[in-house]
Amino acid sequence: MKEIVIISGKGGTGKTTLCAAFASLARDAVIADCDVDAADLHLLLAPRVLQEADFVGGRTPVIDSELCSECGDCQAWCRFDAIELDLDAGYIIDPFACEHCALCAYVCPEEAISMRSAVNGRWFISETAQGKLVHARLAPDEDNSGKLVTLVRREARRLAEETGAKWILNDGPPGVGCPVTAAITGVDLALIVTEPTLSGIHDMQRVEALCRHFQVPTLVCINKYDINPQNTRTIKDYCLDNQVPIIGEIPFSPAVRQALVARKSPVDFDCGAVTGIVERMWLEIEGTDRP
Amino acid sequence: MIITVASGKGGTGKTMVATNLALSIEGAQYIDCDVEEPNGNLFLHAEIETRREAGVPMPVIDEERCTLCGDCAEACEFNALAVSKERVLLFSDLCHGCGVCSYVCPEPDVITERSRRLGEIEMGRAQTTKGGANGSEIAYTGAHLDVGALLVTPLIKEVKRTADPERTVILDAPPGTSCPVVETLRGSDYCLLVTEPTPFGLNDLQLAVAVVRELEIRFGVILNQSDSGDDQVSAHCRQEGIPVLLEIPFSRELAVAYSKGVAIAAQDASYRERFQRLFQAIQAEAGE
Repeated sequence: MKEIVIISGKGGTGKTTLCAAFASLARDAVIADCDVDAADLHLLLAPRVLQEADFVGGRTPVIDSELCSECGDCQAWCRFDAIELDLDAGYIIDPFACEHCALCAYVCPEEAISMRSAVNGRWFISETAQGKLVHARLAPDEDNSGKLVTLVRREARRLAEETGAKWILNDGPPGVGCPVTAAITGVDLALIVTEPTLSGIHDMQRVEALCRHFQVPTLVCINKYDINPQNTRTIKDYCLDNQVPIIGEIPFSPAVRQALVARKSPVDFDCGAVTGIVERMWLEIEGTDRP
Repeated sequence: MIITVASGKGGTGKTMVATNLALSIEGAQYIDCDVEEPNGNLFLHAEIETRREAGVPMPVIDEERCTLCGDCAEACEFNALAVSKERVLLFSDLCHGCGVCSYVCPEPDVITERSRRLGEIEMGRAQTTKGGANGSEIAYTGAHLDVGALLVTPLIKEVKRTADPERTVILDAPPGTSCPVVETLRGSDYCLLVTEPTPFGLNDLQLAVAVVRELEIRFGVILNQSDSGDDQVSAHCRQEGIPVLLEIPFSRELAVAYSKGVAIAAQDASYRERFQRLFQAIQAEAGE
């Protein structure tokens, strides 16, 4: 079993679209949507939910106003400015500022603050025409997305072992921070989808450095390569210098957007040349599994 | 006035909108809050005047005097501390710098703190190019999270502290809907949500709207590449009474300019006028 993650640094370069295409081509893969912040893969895979559960990511402080003597110690100690004095309600916690560190609960002399388990989201195992999908929804404004990514990957691995699936396909989050790190550590292969814009190049270089930092074997694919040939050249030079193989160059095609509107991946919808290029990319990735 | 440009889905055009808006109005300050992947200055070309490190506090444990009681490790909500037979181990990537460990440690001054670097903050000035908004000056702040660093929100807090209340502050948010986005949005007067007319764009817009509503911030939508997909986003906005303040049709010229790091408003007066009208619409919507 091999686990591959699709990332990009910059958002909107085509991670989810490619992941859905590979899911179609791989046939019996387990698919994991690791972009728990703004999960979209389910829109292309039409999942039927088989099981679901709450995600309890951490604990959150609750002030018992009956016990609170309004001494203000909690507010004075909190490093995140998350405690406010409300004229009517007394001391209250700003859920958007709170980092859930529990310092307020320790400093409160009245023991009026307790830490309670908090539901931060929900996760699902679903059946799709392309295979089993593990996906999740982080509640709006929640942290702990890294933990939820780890949970999604763990469940995907468990399913893959159970079913003997050959591939796990992870649709990764954008960026280079905590959720991305949670999505790439320990995978067998990372595919970076980039585009020939200065933003795309800049972000590809940062996420490629992250992959190197975690010693993850990396491949690159250039989407909309014909938008700016000079920038495409820059990407190729960078990949050559850093010994990162480029496994595909996809031309800009309005048909890809039409495929998305029809909720289909570019290998399940006639996207002209793009369809064949994506199919060849998958063959190449499959080839990395052969000795 | 503080305006945040956010999106839910990545790659819909946040930075394009935020930089062009900054270039089209007078006396703007642009702050790049996408510290994981900061791209604003690829378009503003600000001359950087100051650079400084930013970090969070991290515990330093005096091994000689530590009694290995384990209170710190037990209290840490982030599992950043573990007690071995010889010492307390710190997993610094997990540490939020909250100060619980030094608070609960029963031995005086065994746990002290020092700053751990997360990244770098840069500040400077950009000129709107010839024919820009009277050639006025844009204040710029950006930050780069170190590759391998995990804590994003403290760096966003730091960059936001540079906001100048005298200026129209434009915050370029990271994608998504979780804590980095919320940290960017807190305290904003208005939020622009940039999306595209696809099922992905609609789904992620709905997620972003839930966050902005919870924060009680007024908001409007910008529909980018408005002529390229379906009409579901427009229909949804009509149904929900969400104002669509600007529609930008797909243009190869715009895409090519973007790819080269050119903000289209800097060279095309018609785009500049559209962003000026957008700003007027924001002022009207925000009640200013």
